[in-house]
Amino acid sequence: MLSSRHLLGLDGMPAAEITLLLDTARSFREILDRPIKRVPTLQGKTVVNLFYEPSTRTRISFELAEKRMSADIVNFSASTSSVKKGETLIDTVKNIEAMKIDMVVVRHSSPGAAHLLSRVLDANIINAGDGGHEHPTQALLDMFTIRQKLGELEGKTICLVGDIAHSRVALSNIFGLKALGARVLVCGPSTLIPREIEKLGVEVYHNIDEVIPQTDVLNILRIQLERQESGLFPSLREYHNYFGITRERLERADKEVVIMHPGPMNRGLEISSDVADSGHSVILEQVTNGIAIRMAVLFLLAGGKSEIQ
Amino acid sequence: MKFSRPTTSKKAFQVLPERLLLRGGRLIDPGQNLDKKGDLLIENGTISAVGAVDPAGFDGEVLDLKGKVVSPGWIDMHVHLREPGREDQETIESGSLAAANGGFTAVCCMPNTNPAIDSQEIIQYIVDRSRSSLVAVHPIGALTKRREGKELTEMLDLVEQGAVAVSDDHTPVHSAEVMRHALEYARMVNIPVIAFEEDTSMTRNAYMNEGFVSTCLGLRGIPRVAEETMIARDIALAEYTGGHLHVAHISTRKAVELVRAAKAQGVMVTAEVAPHHFTLTDDAVRSFDTNTKVKPPLRTEDDRLALLEGLKDGTIDVIASDHSPFAWEEKSTEFIYAPFGIIGLESSLGLALSALRDTMPLADIIAKFTINPYRILRLEAPQIAEGQAANLTVFDPEARWQPEADKLLSKCSNTPFLGRTLSGKPELVIHRGKMFKSVL
Repeated sequence: MLSSRHLLGLDGMPAAEITLLLDTARSFREILDRPIKRVPTLQGKTVVNLFYEPSTRTRISFELAEKRMSADIVNFSASTSSVKKGETLIDTVKNIEAMKIDMVVVRHSSPGAAHLLSRVLDANIINAGDGGHEHPTQALLDMFTIRQKLGELEGKTICLVGDIAHSRVALSNIFGLKALGARVLVCGPSTLIPREIEKLGVEVYHNIDEVIPQTDVLNILRIQLERQESGLFPSLREYHNYFGITRERLERADKEVVIMHPGPMNRGLEISSDVADSGHSVILEQVTNGIAIRMAVLFLLAGGKSEIQ
Repeated sequence: MKFSRPTTSKKAFQVLPERLLLRGGRLIDPGQNLDKKGDLLIENGTISAVGAVDPAGFDGEVLDLKGKVVSPGWIDMHVHLREPGREDQETIESGSLAAANGGFTAVCCMPNTNPAIDSQEIIQYIVDRSRSSLVAVHPIGALTKRREGKELTEMLDLVEQGAVAVSDDHTPVHSAEVMRHALEYARMVNIPVIAFEEDTSMTRNAYMNEGFVSTCLGLRGIPRVAEETMIARDIALAEYTGGHLHVAHISTRKAVELVRAAKAQGVMVTAEVAPHHFTLTDDAVRSFDTNTKVKPPLRTEDDRLALLEGLKDGTIDVIASDHSPFAWEEKSTEFIYAPFGIIGLESSLGLALSALRDTMPLADIIAKFTINPYRILRLEAPQIAEGQAANLTVFDPEARWQPEADKLLSKCSNTPFLGRTLSGKPELVIHRGKMFKSVL
């Protein structure tokens, strides 16, 4: 059982609960390989996908997870809603809840948006990304994928590469990986590393060639082009030359490293195509595992505890 | 029509009885080193006797103030009354009631109204609207026209009409040239320039103090240096011009050190601190409660301790609340969209006494709300003395209580302190022939 009715983030989540989520996802992962990929677990439950920020992969992944669990689904995105008429977030969600729904998956640009909803709604809230804060299901699917590839996380070394300062993926990964006893490195330009992050128990590097020989996993984060425009680093060219993960760089290091990326990728910037498409990359497995993780989250929040058939 | 959540019925100031005897209180007036138990006789709004007054045969009203402190009336020199322009948030009337409820007999109102307090007419309007109130409202004039940071206001005019200081509060003065001239010009009329210190080029899309907590919350941070670099600049300008710089709501350790060093060198600089900055840290933001979103942001424990030291050693002269009312719907929103600001008039006294009572003499705490701000503003401070107009704040230094939304007289309740236990509670204020008993 999870101790919270919501999944708002991995900050403070006990290791046992993270492990429960990962173990539960393993059973759902098997269902995805069956010819009929559907279980009746959430029959009669209604889930609202509330996306205040554009998203393709996370939204589709949640939708598929909900469908595989036989839930009824309503999709809401900010561009087609009353948001443009000036309605507040709280009024919008209270109206939706008045239509008798059970769970809300929310993506929003403000840190704390999911926390706000959890205070005003009775429904279960799942954070699908709140600004630069957390993206717990992404971190869980990353951890699931590493576990699938390398076994238990304890003692493994994982390096997050790139824009740590603006990344909810990085933050959720750090909380989750540290809870399970992994060694976590972050590597990127000094202007993209947030202050005092070492207090979270991570090691900070600015030289990627120093990092590769000592890591088991490189989780390569997307570089948002607007970061360069706002002056945080001088050019995309320099970024690629010093932090881009290329075949040459990996060959030089001579170390088996699992390559991950939460997507969407800027090929040729933070990752080169020959790395992304190589046998070392688990980028597409991450996507498949994402559905299993989200099924596990929905299942456990809906109160499920028995073994899945 | 009835509502399930009651609101405090509208309160009004009472007329002071012709003869009023305040019995057995502890009289503390830091301006004259007075601290003794005694009675106060007030006749027709004037203090007519201080010390032992024989109650036998006294035919007026008697208030027993045993265990209570009687001090000169308190002033909050940093308040946003919102009128004219945002009367839904606060008015001169509601803000004055909140002030009286919180133990204040005077406030200074900041000029970021709409229109801004940048002309004689607006000053006149505020003075007229508050003339009959218990609470004296001293307007602070804008430093630049429309608070745009470009052209100086007609300060000589503003001061003649009643302005006690100038400031572009809630906006920093970006141009050093404008600040230099403001300090030079204000010096001519002997008023302080109150500075809101933030280099906004460093704080775009930033919502809380930059540090470990902002990193954990994924919220872009407002670095301490955004405040400190501006204070350093303005201290240099104050030294160069001989003008009086008053630093509003100081919030970091380094900022306190800068002011301390400048004072030691004889620069004309004074500083104020808001109670939320010496009672809370950025840890409070972890709740994502928008009532913890304020400028300057809640800082770290190290900064908080430095502010307490600054209060103790006199580097920080004044405690002022930066009372900033916002409507429920403005604050009940996503953290990044909520406006910066919290109310403070009705919690300031309790917060200050709770935080400082164990380390500072009561008279020194009272000075931060009375003689010190009055000196900075070049206004005559009220005194507990025979022949003086009765301008008094009475509080219970021992009472433990919790602020409740339903008892606040401000139009807004945007404060993180609801339900927090405070020691020290306002009881009564007397001023301008009126009195008000706190309903907190």
